[in-house]
Amino acid sequence: MSDTIADPALRVSGITKEYRIGQGIVGRLGGGAATLKALDGIDLELRRGEVLALVGESGSGKSTLAKILVNSTTPTHGTVEEPGADAAAGNRERARRVQMVFQDPYSSLNPRITVGSMLAELLKLHKIVPRAQVRQESIRLLNLVGLQEDALDAYPSQFSGGQRQRIAIARALAVRPDVLVADEPVSALDVSVQATILDLFRSLQRELGLSILFIAHNLAVVQHLSQRVAVMYLGRIVEVADTGELFANPRHPYTRALIDSIPRMTGDSVNDEFDIEGEPPSPFDVPSGCRFHPRCPIATERCRVDDPALMQIGPAHLSACMLAEDLAPYPGAPLAEEAR
Amino acid sequence: MSEEPLLSVKKLSLGIRRTNAPATAIVEDLDFEIASGERFGIVGESGSGKSLTLRAIANLLPRGIEVLSGSIEYRGQDLLRMPADARRRLAGPEIAMIFQEPMTALNPVMRVGEQIAESPRRHLGLSKAEAKALAIDMMRKTGIPDPVRRAEAYPHELSGGLRQRIMIAMALSCSPKLLLCDEPTTALDVTVQHQVLRLLEQLCDDTGTALVFVTHDLGVVNQTCRELAVMYAGGIVERGKVKDVFAGPRHPYTKGLLDSAPDFDQPERELIAIPGFPPNVSNRPRGCAFAPRCTFAVEHCLEEAPALEPALPGREAACFESDRIFEGTAA
Repeated sequence: MSDTIADPALRVSGITKEYRIGQGIVGRLGGGAATLKALDGIDLELRRGEVLALVGESGSGKSTLAKILVNSTTPTHGTVEEPGADAAAGNRERARRVQMVFQDPYSSLNPRITVGSMLAELLKLHKIVPRAQVRQESIRLLNLVGLQEDALDAYPSQFSGGQRQRIAIARALAVRPDVLVADEPVSALDVSVQATILDLFRSLQRELGLSILFIAHNLAVVQHLSQRVAVMYLGRIVEVADTGELFANPRHPYTRALIDSIPRMTGDSVNDEFDIEGEPPSPFDVPSGCRFHPRCPIATERCRVDDPALMQIGPAHLSACMLAEDLAPYPGAPLAEEAR
Repeated sequence: MSEEPLLSVKKLSLGIRRTNAPATAIVEDLDFEIASGERFGIVGESGSGKSLTLRAIANLLPRGIEVLSGSIEYRGQDLLRMPADARRRLAGPEIAMIFQEPMTALNPVMRVGEQIAESPRRHLGLSKAEAKALAIDMMRKTGIPDPVRRAEAYPHELSGGLRQRIMIAMALSCSPKLLLCDEPTTALDVTVQHQVLRLLEQLCDDTGTALVFVTHDLGVVNQTCRELAVMYAGGIVERGKVKDVFAGPRHPYTKGLLDSAPDFDQPERELIAIPGFPPNVSNRPRGCAFAPRCTFAVEHCLEEAPALEPALPGREAACFESDRIFEGTAA
């Protein structure tokens, strides 16, 4: 598979997702159908073997994008390509290649079947191994995520949150996917457990060469795990860069605001240069011009009118801010190496 | 420090009483004091008893869980031994609480303005019009845009951040002396969390309200609190100034928490998880509750439970080996 390094694991082009809301109260009162644009023109590549983090606040469209990637909902416009995948392969094959891990390990596992039968079902359905080897393969999967053979005969309720998340990851890995989409996989866990799951993702990336799309709102976690970060705001991607570059040199005011909002474990109060007011606007009522302008501390007249596209502003750095070039050097960057 | 503390929790144990067996303690022998205007953080993981402690102070313990022993003194009066109606009268003007999920704390079929006005009407004896004006004023102070119109809204019509502000407005409407916060920003987006924390800080400074802040987020504690207690398996294992504790923990559990949390300012630092699990409440080990997971544990730790004792000026730790823990950090 190494002959296709240039090929990304997934390529998303021009994805739009609209929900028409016309039959309900909004339609009756408003006299017409309202359209909610959850995603508005997303272009993104997930490179082979990388952890790409997707960050943004509620309503930014992160989870909708994840659902489209695992084919649990279809985009209104746009395509998801899987370069290197067999074009003739059916839906089941596509479903196998991209697997998902959810936030809440308490609701994402069926409480009525044992871990062993859950894994066996998948292994048989997708014919991953001959029937005689199903048990052996299940044990291998459990060991891979740091659990022992005795977990096979247990029900999900017998495990702690961290262990359940391991089981959910084992389930996703059972069908030998190329891509893992993880939607806030550690945010329901205690910090001491969170560290072990982050370690697990890192070792899966290294040892299996998995490409991982990691959705998270905790930027310290993102910084720790991912190689690249894409920042979403109201259905658009507003900045993409390598992790170190993004946090040291953010080139979109929203990214700066996010970084300034991180509750820091060292130092005094956060720096408030890019303090933003209010909350993200409703996706029913996207502001004109740049969609961030009502909350942006540096917005100009032009920002109220022109809707900026995601532009190349440096090597491997994209930003959807017309003022990206003028943003002053960033004083809120992590303390970097000299700190310790 | 000669002043009488605002709140003084002494030997407090919470748990489940059983008819034919000894009670199961979930929180055991808790001791701490909070001065007027203090900002006190309680951190710990799920099941450490931090939220129960807060609920015991607010008289909101879940059904089945009782105070087994100890006292909670508010300005010298024991809350647990005062008449029920006297204690109820404290809720609002003296002690108020805000919760993680505002939707469960707000009345879904009552306009938010009326909900804020309810407590000032009852406790401060304001007329309906005065209470309404106060409610709108509180909403303005908590940064809710267009408060006159928003006062007429029902909770479901507002965003999570606005609901949390409504709850803060409600809690602070009678200018309480003590505000109990149970993970008030955990369900919010980071930029909104940042605004809400700053708001709480500012309002408490203005009114001199003391804050008890329960959270699992070490960054949030560092941003909001001065004093800190770390809870593990129903007891306080370390207490001191937040900055001092973070810079040099004296209990292995505190050190474990700090080592396992990703720190934005130290991206290269490796995360070290705490091995094992917290003990089951009904089956705690005989010695130190943390000993089975502790890399510093010596034989003695398995036999005797260490008490919370001064380790440094202004610092207490419940660990026999606290000097070694500290050296471990410095290395």
